[in-house]
Order: sequence, then C-alpha cells, then structure tokens
Amino acid sequence: MKEIGKYFIFIGYLFTNRESFKTHYKLIIDECVLIGVNSIFLFVLVSSFIGAVSTVQTAFNLVAPYIPKYVISQVVREMTVLELAPTVMAIVYAGKVGSSMSGNLGTMRITEQIDALEVMGINSINYLVLPKIVASVLMYPLLVIVSGVCALMGGYLVGLITGILAPTEYIYGIRYLFNEFTITFALIKAITFGFLVASISSFKGYYTQGGALEVGISSTKAVTTSVIAILLADYLLAQLLLSPA
Amino acid sequence: MIEIQNISKSFGEKKILKDISGKFDKGCPNLIIGASGTGKSVLLKCIVELVKPDEGYVFFDNRNFTESNRKDKIEIRREIGMLFQGGALFDSKTVEENVRFPLDMLAKMPKDEKTDRVNLVLNRVGLKNANKKMPSELSGGMRKRVGIARAIVNNPKYLFCDEPNSGLDPQTSILIDELIQVLTSDYDTTTIVVTHDMNSVMGIGDNIMFLYQGEKLWEGGKDDITHSGVKELDDFVFANKVMIAMRGKSR
Repeated sequence: MKEIGKYFIFIGYLFTNRESFKTHYKLIIDECVLIGVNSIFLFVLVSSFIGAVSTVQTAFNLVAPYIPKYVISQVVREMTVLELAPTVMAIVYAGKVGSSMSGNLGTMRITEQIDALEVMGINSINYLVLPKIVASVLMYPLLVIVSGVCALMGGYLVGLITGILAPTEYIYGIRYLFNEFTITFALIKAITFGFLVASISSFKGYYTQGGALEVGISSTKAVTTSVIAILLADYLLAQLLLSPA
Repeated sequence: MIEIQNISKSFGEKKILKDISGKFDKGCPNLIIGASGTGKSVLLKCIVELVKPDEGYVFFDNRNFTESNRKDKIEIRREIGMLFQGGALFDSKTVEENVRFPLDMLAKMPKDEKTDRVNLVLNRVGLKNANKKMPSELSGGMRKRVGIARAIVNNPKYLFCDEPNSGLDPQTSILIDELIQVLTSDYDTTTIVVTHDMNSVMGIGDNIMFLYQGEKLWEGGKDDITHSGVKELDDFVFANKVMIAMRGKSR
C-alpha cells in the first residue's frame, strides 16, 4: 500500500514546478524516437509471427466441414485487434521499453545525475519522467496499429503460402461482421498500457537505491509490475467497455 | 555565509549525524573532514536537502532554507553549484552541453553569450578543446573539472564539493584543490568541501570541521590541526606516514 501511495505522489510531482513547453518538446521528440522508432522492428517481427501462428492454429482447430474457411481470418482479426496487438504486445513493450526506462533512470540515480538536477532547482521527475510518459502514450498506440496490421498480414501470407485459405476468403473474413468499436477499444487499451508501462518503469527506476546490481533488480521489478498492471487494466477495461450491459 | 544548527539524521536505527552546528564563511574553502562513513557526505546532502535532516536548520545568508516553501527553496537552489563525487555528468550530453545545461535551464541570456560563458569556464578549468567530447571519453580528473565548470557556470553564491579529489592522482588532486580555492576567492562564493584527503586539508584547509562517528569533534584551521589535542583527530591526521614525518620534524 505504501508503494502505491508513493507511486501516486510521484505522479503528482510530474505536474509541479514544470519546465517550459520548449524544453519538453525536444525531450518528447527524443523519447519518441527512442521508444517508437527503435521498437518498430521488434514489433513487426513479433506481430507477423503471432498473426501467422494464430492463422495456422485456428485453421487446425476448425476441422468441421460446415464451418466456412473465412471464419479463420475472422477469429484471427478478433484476437489480433482485441488482445494480441494491444495486450500481448504491451508485455513485449514492457520488456523492451520499460526495462530500458527503468535502467536509464536507475543509472542516473546511482551516478547522482538526478541529484545534480535537483540541486540546480529542477524538478527531476517533471524533467525526466514526463517526456517519457507523453512519448509512450503517443507512440504505443501507433505501435499497436503497426502490430495489428503486421499480424493480419502475417496471417494473410501464411494462408497464401500454405494454402490453408485463399486470399479472397481471408480478406472476406477480415471484413465480415466487423465492429469498428473494437479498434476504438484497442486504442483505449493502448493509451492506458502506454501510460502504465512508462509511469511504473520510471517510478521503479527513479527510486533505485544502491549500485549496478540494484539497477538490474529495478528493471526486473519494473517489467514484472508493469505486466501485472497491464493484465489488471486489461480485465478492468474489458469489463467496463465490452461487458453486455 | 551558510549556518547549520543542530542537524541530526538517522537511517533506520542508525544515527548518522548527531546535533551538528557550525558556520561556513564565504571567500575561502570550508572543509568537512573525517574518516569514511562518518557522515560527511550525508551532512553535505542535508545542507542542500538532497537528504532531509530529521532535526535542525540550515540558513543561507540568514534565509531559513529548511522552513522555506518549495518555491523559495528552488530560488535558493538556483544559487548553488555542486560538484559530485563521480562528477555526475549527463552521459548523453557532450562536455559543452553538460556545462551549458544550467544556463539553458535557469538563465535568460542570448545563445552567443551562453556559448562564450561555457568557453570561459571550460578555459578556466583547463579544458579548452574538450567541448565536443562525451563524458565516457574523459579521465577521472577531466570529469571532475567538467563537473566544476558546470557547477560554476551560473556564477553560484554557494559551491559544494563532495570528495573532489577521490580517485585522482596526487598531482591532479592538487590542481583540483587549487582550482577550488582560486574560484572561491575570485567569485567570492561560500564553498564547502567534503574530503578525507590530508593533502587537501593541508593545502586549502583554512576552516575545517572534523566529524567523528556523526559528531562534530573539532573546528579550526590547518595550522592548528596537528596539535588539536583531540585523540580521534590525531588518529585521523597521523594515519599517513608523511604526516607522521611532519610531526617528527616539528618536534
């Protein structure tokens, strides 16, 4: 409980004694490059394979002849948009970006760089953490969109190559009974997870105490806590936004 | 001038600082000395409130820092320059960007003026052509000098140095000490230096505070330190062979 209280105080400090917009603007752009551009390759790779594997496994399970083949891509679409792209990729995101944020801030803490900022009268939480959170909230939804497209493309390609289902059937299934709200829901989840991963990882890194060993421990804790928060938030959002009345 | 009154600090059950009071004058370096683990760095961090003291007050030129509100504290902190033990340089910035950082964040002056100021202080600390180097390319002594340059670039009224010559060779240590002394007198700053290096003590120690197990046991100048009559201080001062030899000669 003490840790949760400390986390909310930490979040409160993000908005006190703020630096100028000009200062933050540059830092946010830098963080967007670090978070977004540097993660694209991993996201494309993982998503494409997940999409491909989902297609093969769904086809393997749908053996009844009375089930039309386009149902395979319909299932892949629903899985991708609702869960794989926003949630599963958030776990990958926590592992890559969250651990890096925590390690970065932890190293700054143990080498007294954060103390140096504080002594200058700069709110180090606002200066260092706010740009990371803003960049994460901006970039993660974009990564989710890339991830969703790549997963569906992966499924398409594997269907084409293996002959599980024809491209026309795949496209038909993707479009069949499509509910646009699932995209909105996926983006709401993406914004939430982007915030959670960045804020929790920064929190863990910022309060690192000790040496190099503790920086590693903080990074591990950042990933673990972020994943737990993602799963809890995933359930809560599903209950709130998808629950039938 | 900086004044501290009855500063105490504990970490858990362990009392690190016990009721420490004292005054630090401006224009000459004030040294806080003592063996490792006696609370020197904690005292320094309590003064600038990087560590919040459990009890006691700190006054910067009669302004009560401890009881100031957040806004006033920030104002006072903007008059402080601090050199950290490892330099605390920002890894992702070049030497020039590191030194320029306080100006970018705190000072309102034209870009060219900032560049001139950065070059001036880098020149002052003997790092004329190091502007574009990254901290990872610097030696320990150079990192300390960049740290000093960053600390003084904004013309601070108060300068704090935490173990400025730890990990440095004797020659570089002397250079750093002399630099701190010259800058203190030239800029008329109130300077506090935490050290356990006897060379520094004998070189720039006009005002010395000796800490032993979290308590202030002695205060004085370098001329009195060898005959203080305080056993713990004698043990600290004469722990090194050069000082023992000096004592032999003076007798």
